[in-house]
Amino acid sequence: METFIHAYSWVDIRFLLQGLWVTIYVSLISIALSFVVGLILGLIRYMKIKYLSAIVGFIIDIIRNLPLLLIIFFTYFGLPQLGIVTNPTSASITALVIFEGAMLAEIVRSGIGSVDPGQMEGARSNGMSYGQAMYHVVMPQALHNMIPALLSQFVSLVKDTSLATIIVLSELLYHAQIIYSQNTTYLIPMYVIIAVMYFIICFCLSQVANYLQKKYNN
Amino acid sequence: MWQIITNNWGAFLTGFWNTILCSTIALVFSLILGVFFALLEVAPPKFGRVIAKIYIAIFRNIPLLVIVMIFYLIVPRYIVKLSGFQAGTIGLTLYTSAFIAETVRAGINSIGEGQMEGARSNGMTYVQAMRYIILPQAMKIVIPPLGNQFVNLVKNSSVLAFVAGFDLMYQAQLIAFSTFQTIDTYIIVGLFYLILTLPLSYYMRHLEKKLAK
Amino acid sequence: MKKLRKYLFLPLLVLLAFTLSACGHKDQNVYQKVEANKHIVWGVRADTRLFGLTNVKTGKIEGFEMDLAKALTKQMLGKKGTASFVTTTANTRIPLLKNGNVDAVLATMTITPERAKQVTFSKPYFPAGSSLLVPNNSKITNVKDLNNKTVLAVKGTTAVDDVHKSAPKARVLQYDDYGQAMSALKANQGVALTTDNGLLAGIAQENKGYKLVGGVYSDAPYGIAVDKGQTDMANHIDKALKQLQANGTYNRLLKKWFAGIPGFSLKGVLK
Repeated sequence: METFIHAYSWVDIRFLLQGLWVTIYVSLISIALSFVVGLILGLIRYMKIKYLSAIVGFIIDIIRNLPLLLIIFFTYFGLPQLGIVTNPTSASITALVIFEGAMLAEIVRSGIGSVDPGQMEGARSNGMSYGQAMYHVVMPQALHNMIPALLSQFVSLVKDTSLATIIVLSELLYHAQIIYSQNTTYLIPMYVIIAVMYFIICFCLSQVANYLQKKYNN
Repeated sequence: MWQIITNNWGAFLTGFWNTILCSTIALVFSLILGVFFALLEVAPPKFGRVIAKIYIAIFRNIPLLVIVMIFYLIVPRYIVKLSGFQAGTIGLTLYTSAFIAETVRAGINSIGEGQMEGARSNGMTYVQAMRYIILPQAMKIVIPPLGNQFVNLVKNSSVLAFVAGFDLMYQAQLIAFSTFQTIDTYIIVGLFYLILTLPLSYYMRHLEKKLAK
Repeated sequence: MKKLRKYLFLPLLVLLAFTLSACGHKDQNVYQKVEANKHIVWGVRADTRLFGLTNVKTGKIEGFEMDLAKALTKQMLGKKGTASFVTTTANTRIPLLKNGNVDAVLATMTITPERAKQVTFSKPYFPAGSSLLVPNNSKITNVKDLNNKTVLAVKGTTAVDDVHKSAPKARVLQYDDYGQAMSALKANQGVALTTDNGLLAGIAQENKGYKLVGGVYSDAPYGIAVDKGQTDMANHIDKALKQLQANGTYNRLLKKWFAGIPGFSLKGVLK
């Protein structure tokens, strides 16, 4: 018990909170950007544009079937060979956006697919252009349908930020590792507290997803 | 690039084999655990429901890497010795089982109360009704989402690299930093992963379309 | 649709600009660049006591190599020169150097012929050698005892090859950094941790109940690495290092960090 009290001294907690902030910050930016990327790629896939949709679909399939860890390595070690200097933060965000963007694209595609095609036809026959119909009629319903899947993907994204410790992104898990590698009696207290921190963030997000799912089902 | 493959063929194969082994073991046990907790969550006893809910919430909301680290660094010190491969596989199993439980539960719920009531009024016990009426239908519905979970499982097995589990990703790192051909090595390893995951993905998509008809 | 487009493409443009803004580092003379900017980016370690370790209180990295890097920066660029640090691990330091993320690597890096094909090394600045760390009650006394046992190491370090040479039947498990490797040793994942003596001395200092055994079974002097062909930079580092050794700064830093560390002798290290 005493170990726990020592381990949770203000100095350590503050250090962990700094890591937590990086986790949240990287997650938020990645969620925002990957949502945009997913939306665009999902639309392209759905619209079946000649060649473009097939190529985009192929790339999405490749990315979706690779481990995120590998994509993190590619962005951290690979992008610089194309002349783009990366640091752990930008490399992690880029990797998360690429990976989660591809995952979200699938959700978006099937979300739009779930909207009755009659809606689009109806909107078009009322004089709307394709873009207008998509934006005003189809998209709002599609987004509504895919909210639960989107949110659970965002939960995955938050958890996945922990993988970036491998390129020394100074996020929550990495900060915990620094503390317990300097005083190994803190091993258990550190894992307890970071598990709780991750749990609180992800559980709240999951609950929102559950709530929306129930609301939608009714 | 060809040289990296020929010079390190044995290392790649070891990694490939361990990734397959870990994924297969985790697949079997996470399926068993997942179905078990799904059944517990829909069964009448309140106690079981609460247990299942807690189990699922815990393993769904903590990063896999944290779970694996706990099994690798803490459990061996106090409970039982676990190698990196074992710790990784156990962590992966528990993590995936929570997702499978959620998927299967959703499948069972989608069958509807009416089926269960009908079977019960025909003299079946709860277990019989579950076993012969509800589960077979539910499994059909959940096969496509389960397939996605299996693809995720194969990809997630890469966390073994953190705990010296001798999987593909671990071998990749060692090869990359001994040959200094970082990107080429990772491209090769990416191809190895695609050999496992792409056919699975495409088969699941095919199955989904077939079942939707 | 116009509105939609505007919202969608703005963030993408930002992303594009953000990735393109950092282009064009290849094939330039690193020394001319650092001289012009009065700034050197050093790749260092954050997981090794005495050499470079993150201080939890301040979040800053502290250690012998940090002090040496700062001293070298001042010596090379004058009083106005500034240094910044990028955390590397044994397995990321060479790619980061080749990719231009860092100007030079001062990160407990042993000079080896294989690495010398990839990077250009300065003169040695620290005479390290591979050694073993074991629990106090361990029966292991030298590297030969490791045959048929599991030994822990860090990915991308020379100690791995040294163990394979000295104890061919040992099984080696490798981790991403020393924090993880030491945690694994405490979790009994192996019987010994192997790496350079200086690093082990630091680890032993913070982990009671562990000791160094077997002496140095393979020499592994550290050098400062720059990208292959950046001889201008390497020469200036060599020159600055020599000046620091001559004016006593080098010895002062050594004593500051290594005096009185059990299992480690300064004899033959001081210049």
